[in-house]
Amino acid sequence: MIDKRWIGHCMPAFSVLVEAGRLRFFAKATGQTDPTYTQLEAAKTAGYPSLPVPPTYFFCLEFEAPDPAAIRTLLGIDYRKLLHGEQHFIYHAMAYAGDTLRFEQRIEDVYEKKGGTLNFVLRCTRVSNQHNHLIAEMHNLIVVRHTAKD
Amino acid sequence: MTQTKNFDSIQIGDMLPTVEMPPLSRLTLALYCGASGDHNPVHVDTDFATASGLPDVIAHGMLSMAWMGRVLTQWASPLALREFGVRFAAITHVGDCITSSGKVLEKFERNGEQCVRLALTSTNQHQQVRLTGDAVISLSDMTTGLRHGK
Repeated sequence: MIDKRWIGHCMPAFSVLVEAGRLRFFAKATGQTDPTYTQLEAAKTAGYPSLPVPPTYFFCLEFEAPDPAAIRTLLGIDYRKLLHGEQHFIYHAMAYAGDTLRFEQRIEDVYEKKGGTLNFVLRCTRVSNQHNHLIAEMHNLIVVRHTAKD
Repeated sequence: MTQTKNFDSIQIGDMLPTVEMPPLSRLTLALYCGASGDHNPVHVDTDFATASGLPDVIAHGMLSMAWMGRVLTQWASPLALREFGVRFAAITHVGDCITSSGKVLEKFERNGEQCVRLALTSTNQHQQVRLTGDAVISLSDMTTGLRHGK
C-alpha cells in the first residue's frame, strides 16, 4: 500500500539541456525518417530555430533527473511490480535542441482499486524553458501490482 | 514536411496516414533504452525479465507512443499539437508489427482556435489493440513567436 500522505508532495526541481545528439539518437530509435528531426538545415527550412523536440521526448528528458528513481524510492515501489498505465501531454510551446528545460514534478494523487491489490500514482510535471515560458505539462499514471505477500 | 490543413475540408471520420513498423527487434528495444533514458532492464535484459516471471523482454509503452506521435507530426506541424494522451492497454512483444493510426473524432473551436480531436489506436499484426489515445491539433495559424517558446 502506498502512503497517501505523499499526495501533493513536490520533488526538487531540476533542469536538463536538450542535446541535438540525443534527439538524433531518439529519431533513429523511433524510426523517424523526417530530416526535420535530425538535420539542422532541414529544421531551419521547415521554420524551426533548431531541431524540434518530438511530442513524447519530454518524458525521456525526465529520466535525466539527478536521481531518476527518486519517486520510486520515496514511495517504496518495486520496479518489477510497476506498469505504465497512462501518459498525457499538454503542449503550450515548442522546445528545441539547445534549450534548457526545467522540470517540476508533483505527486498529484495516490489511490487504489481492487481491494488494494492495484495502487495508482498520478504524477504531474510542469516543463518550462530558459525564458521561463511554460512548454508542456505531463500527467503520468503508474500502476503498482501488489500480491498477498507484499 | 507537413502541409497546412484546411479546417472546412476536414470531415469527422477522416483517417490519417498510418505509421507501420517492421517486426519489433531487440536492437530497437536496445536503441530506445539508450535514446529514451528509460533503463528499466525488463525491456532489454532477458535474464531480468524471466526472473520477473515474464517469458521474455517486453517493449516500452512509450516506444509505441512515440510511433503514435509520428502519426500526428507527419499529418500536422508539431507546433499545432495541443494535447496528446494514451492508455496502455496491453503489452507489446518482440516480433510484433505495430500499426499506429488516427481518425478525426470531433471538430471544435477553443481559445479562438479551430481544432480537431483525433482518436488514436495502435494494433499488432493480429489486429489486437495495444494502445488507445487521443490528441487535439489546432488548425489555426500558429507561426507566432510565442508558440516557438521564445
